[in-house]
Amino acid sequence: MSDIVLDIQDLTISLPKGADRPSAVTGMNLTLRAGEVTCLIGESGSGKSLAARAVLGLLPAPRVRVTSGRILFEGQNLATIAPRDMAKIRGARIGMIFQEPMTALNPLHRIGRQIEEVFRIHTTLGRAERRARVVKLLADVHLPDPEKIARSYPHQLSGGQRQRAMIAMALALEPKLLIADEPTTALDVTTQAQILHLIHELQREHGTAVLFITHDFGVVADIADQVAVLQKGVLVESGPRDAVLNEPQHPYTKALLAAVPRLVVPDRPATEPGLVVLEAIDVAKSYAARGLFVRGRATRALDHVSVQLHRGETLGLVGESGSGKSTLARAMTRLLGIDSGDIILEGEAITHLAPRAMRPHRRRIQMVFQDPYASLDPRQRVADIIAEGPIIHGVAAKEAQARARRLLGLVGLDPSAADRYPHEFSGGQRQRIGIARALALEPDVLVADEPVSALDVSVQAQVLDLLADIKAKLGISMLFVTHDLRVALLICDRIAVMRHGSIVEIGPAAQIFSAPSHPYTKALFDAVPGAAWSAHMPVPAE
Amino acid sequence: MRRWRYFGYRLLLAVPVIFGILVLNFFLIRLAPGDAASVLAGESGAATPEYTELLRQKFGLDRPMPEQFIAYITAALRFDLGFSFRNDSPVLDLILERLGPTLLLMSTAFTMALALGTLLGLLAAVARNTWRDAAISVATLICYATPGFWLGLMLIVVFSLTLGWLPTSGFENIAEGYEGWERVQDIALHLVMPAMALGLFYLALYTRVMRASMLEQTGMDYVVTARAKGQTETRIMFGHMLRNAFLPVLTMAGVQAGNLIGGSIVVETVFGWPGVGTLAFTALQSRDLNLLLGIFFISACIVVAINLIVELLYVLLDPRIQA
Amino acid sequence: MPDGLRRFARNRMAVLGAIVIAIIVLVSVLAPFLYPKGAFSLAGQPLQPPSLQFPLGTDALGRDVAAGVAEGARTSLLIGIAAALSAVIFGAMIGGIAGYYRGTVDIVLMRVTEFFQTIPAFLLAMLLVVILSPSLLSVIIAIAAVSWPGIARLVRGEFVALGGREFILASLGLGASGPRIIFRHLLPNCLSAIITVGSLLVATAILLETGLAFLGLGDPNIMSWGLQISAGRVSLRTAWWVCTFPGIAILLTVLSINLVGDGLNEALNPRLRER
Repeated sequence: MSDIVLDIQDLTISLPKGADRPSAVTGMNLTLRAGEVTCLIGESGSGKSLAARAVLGLLPAPRVRVTSGRILFEGQNLATIAPRDMAKIRGARIGMIFQEPMTALNPLHRIGRQIEEVFRIHTTLGRAERRARVVKLLADVHLPDPEKIARSYPHQLSGGQRQRAMIAMALALEPKLLIADEPTTALDVTTQAQILHLIHELQREHGTAVLFITHDFGVVADIADQVAVLQKGVLVESGPRDAVLNEPQHPYTKALLAAVPRLVVPDRPATEPGLVVLEAIDVAKSYAARGLFVRGRATRALDHVSVQLHRGETLGLVGESGSGKSTLARAMTRLLGIDSGDIILEGEAITHLAPRAMRPHRRRIQMVFQDPYASLDPRQRVADIIAEGPIIHGVAAKEAQARARRLLGLVGLDPSAADRYPHEFSGGQRQRIGIARALALEPDVLVADEPVSALDVSVQAQVLDLLADIKAKLGISMLFVTHDLRVALLICDRIAVMRHGSIVEIGPAAQIFSAPSHPYTKALFDAVPGAAWSAHMPVPAE
Repeated sequence: MRRWRYFGYRLLLAVPVIFGILVLNFFLIRLAPGDAASVLAGESGAATPEYTELLRQKFGLDRPMPEQFIAYITAALRFDLGFSFRNDSPVLDLILERLGPTLLLMSTAFTMALALGTLLGLLAAVARNTWRDAAISVATLICYATPGFWLGLMLIVVFSLTLGWLPTSGFENIAEGYEGWERVQDIALHLVMPAMALGLFYLALYTRVMRASMLEQTGMDYVVTARAKGQTETRIMFGHMLRNAFLPVLTMAGVQAGNLIGGSIVVETVFGWPGVGTLAFTALQSRDLNLLLGIFFISACIVVAINLIVELLYVLLDPRIQA
Repeated sequence: MPDGLRRFARNRMAVLGAIVIAIIVLVSVLAPFLYPKGAFSLAGQPLQPPSLQFPLGTDALGRDVAAGVAEGARTSLLIGIAAALSAVIFGAMIGGIAGYYRGTVDIVLMRVTEFFQTIPAFLLAMLLVVILSPSLLSVIIAIAAVSWPGIARLVRGEFVALGGREFILASLGLGASGPRIIFRHLLPNCLSAIITVGSLLVATAILLETGLAFLGLGDPNIMSWGLQISAGRVSLRTAWWVCTFPGIAILLTVLSINLVGDGLNEALNPRLRER
């Protein structure tokens, strides 16, 4: 057809020696049409970002480069084009936006100047005309007070505003093709929904073809016309959105879709609310910018919050970044001091216990952290990491090591893992080690702070299963912090929705889902990517 | 604007630093073995007992410590840095007399090192892994390991004694009685070798920092963005990376300001440059401790001033700076 | 650390530096046997140019320059290593306390550190030597006293960065005590950075030492390179060799230490390997 904008034929991108596979992308074929959004979906390491960068010749050469295949755009082969000709296409005929708008913008230049640069490179417009176009563009991406935004530096804007500015820059010269590399991954869910809406709107208006890189099937459901699934550099399935989402053909696509948490409340036996294990009463916490002479404005992280965790239940703390959910979790484990209020552990106030007096209580509350790469000491063996807690609490080293090996079995790792170092494991495996470390002290309460948000969706499902399994087996109470409502519905008995340091709504998961009372909760549900699709998604046969 | 408030805050921070140097000075004297008054008067019995007694009274050395301290600080705040018996002149006058040549030497060496270092670092980073990069790196490593005073002596051997191109020592050729432009040229000729001896180490340092900093910027996301806009590599380098990469060099320049003064002492000694450095050397020879402490205090004030200038540049270059 | 050792061995410049240092150490150890009469003794006619008998010539007092260079190696290495080591220990302590306890302690200690970083280091070292009267010990103390701030800021920075990492929080959550966190988790994780910067500090310490000795602030009873150069200055016009060879010794030593330091940095901090 004539409206083909980009035609990728048999593309292979080689990786340097020592990588886990010889080529990042192998024999990829993909066709993009005008006015259509094509989502390239894959897990981390699938090669999706490199494929996108190859189109614009932005691969980190010479170590990573296109070794064969053709990238046809407006009659030219971008895989072999001369650098001078490629520069004419970049920014003018093909625009690109990135995952992290903070680092993608030059921190020392004003937003207006950075957008203006596109006109200066590709057009002969005069200064005043360029300025006017910049302001109009900023207005087009619905930024308030575009004149002021143009005069601002990147650090003065919010994440969502920065991404809007990036979009304005990418679309400045109305390119035929927009490449969006995970443009909403670093954003909060409500901001993500707005940015997705904006991309959709602008793309419809101008008939732009969009190559949208993502790892989230929810996003695919919301924005895609066409979907292509990439597994370890090989395109395993592609086609119209509804066909791929509802009738996946390839086993990998099926497995990926099966792992996506549904926006439904799973049937689970109603838990009898037990006694209160852990409680926060009227807890307040502010962060002040501190110096010897200056006292900056204080940020209120927790605004007199009270919450109770019952024995045997899983309580979800759900909110966007800056809502105070992690602060509350850390305050309740006393990893973070609070300004006022009380933390009660089984009837005993632990708010003001000195470190030494707190130590015996530490055993009873354990944490699992978000970042599987930062949460394990890189210089310790796995056995030492897991055994550290029991040794601190007086267990003989030999006994603690033996227990560590048993725990590895419990979290689904081979006991031989005990003698290796953290960097030898994948993200999911590391998270299992982190869980084993927490369980080594046989705690009453497990506080999980975004334990799966750094993991790929298939691994995410496995770790969530493990947590649910352990909780059931050991009768632990769990405080589960997450930004993802789908995950919260999947694992939590009760959910507390947080915003600006307060709990706006708390109740059983089913009630929060079916009858949210607070407008913010409703907004959160509406913003979940692929909400409509996810609720009615056919459950694939296992 | 918040940025200017930040600068005001740094300005305010200079006060405790200056005060701290006074405190340090005060205790340094008392660190010396024996009577502080005789230490202050200078060694080898050059001071008369009357003068020693005068000093004792002036600094209140017969009074309790806190009183002594207050007396010392109030005197210093009135820029009364005491009297040099050896030179028969107030310490402050001695230093001010010699300040001009030292500032000229320092600023020449500093500016040259910063400008050339940034340029060479940039060149090395652009030509990464080529012979030009290697040549710059080797030269940098050697300069970075060469003591300034020895380099000065070797320059004298080569350019003065062997080739006869440049004068061995001094600030100017007084005997010729040059005036106006001719005098400027004469002084400039005398300045060449001392500035090189002092500046080459810092030139090497800034080259290293600039090169590493440029290479770090190469991997940044905003560089990819600029490329995706269709910007040319040259423009990306000068329009985007240069300013970002220069910030660490500037930080290093501020940190090294204090060492620059130390270096100028040895270099001035080698070239007989009539600045604060040679003054310090003669004070050292005669163990004129009071003069040395005065030089230390004034030098520290200069460093604080240089740091404030660096801070000002930083505020101008980096919009993220704020209190 | 066999991995790091292998990476170090691949860096030819660093290996070259290590070999040169080994030779200098060997010379300094053998000095008393090579020149049993010592470097201060009269060896022959004054101001003889380099010859077979005196490969580096003699100075104005008829002393063998080669003997001085050999003995000076011992002085410089001893002072450089002792001063750098003291500075590392003291600096790590200050930085560690500031970085671990944060809050007011941190602010106060870092202001003090910045203060010592701001004031002219060489002048302070000079003053300290003058006041304590020149001796081996006073020179070491003076150099250490002006060298620690860099280490303190490095360790403080590393501690703060690591302290925000989740594995430190995890240890806290297990009930680990302060000393346990510092010695089991924080220090092992910034040790490679300390070793690297510490090794480079030896080079700056040697440069400081030679500068002090050049101004006549070395131990008068011990031969050193700075002292040799300062003594040779007067005969610079007629006998270039007296000043030149000790200077080359300084240059080679400092250069080699810097090469080894850079090599250690690349080997121990693999993040930088790509460059």
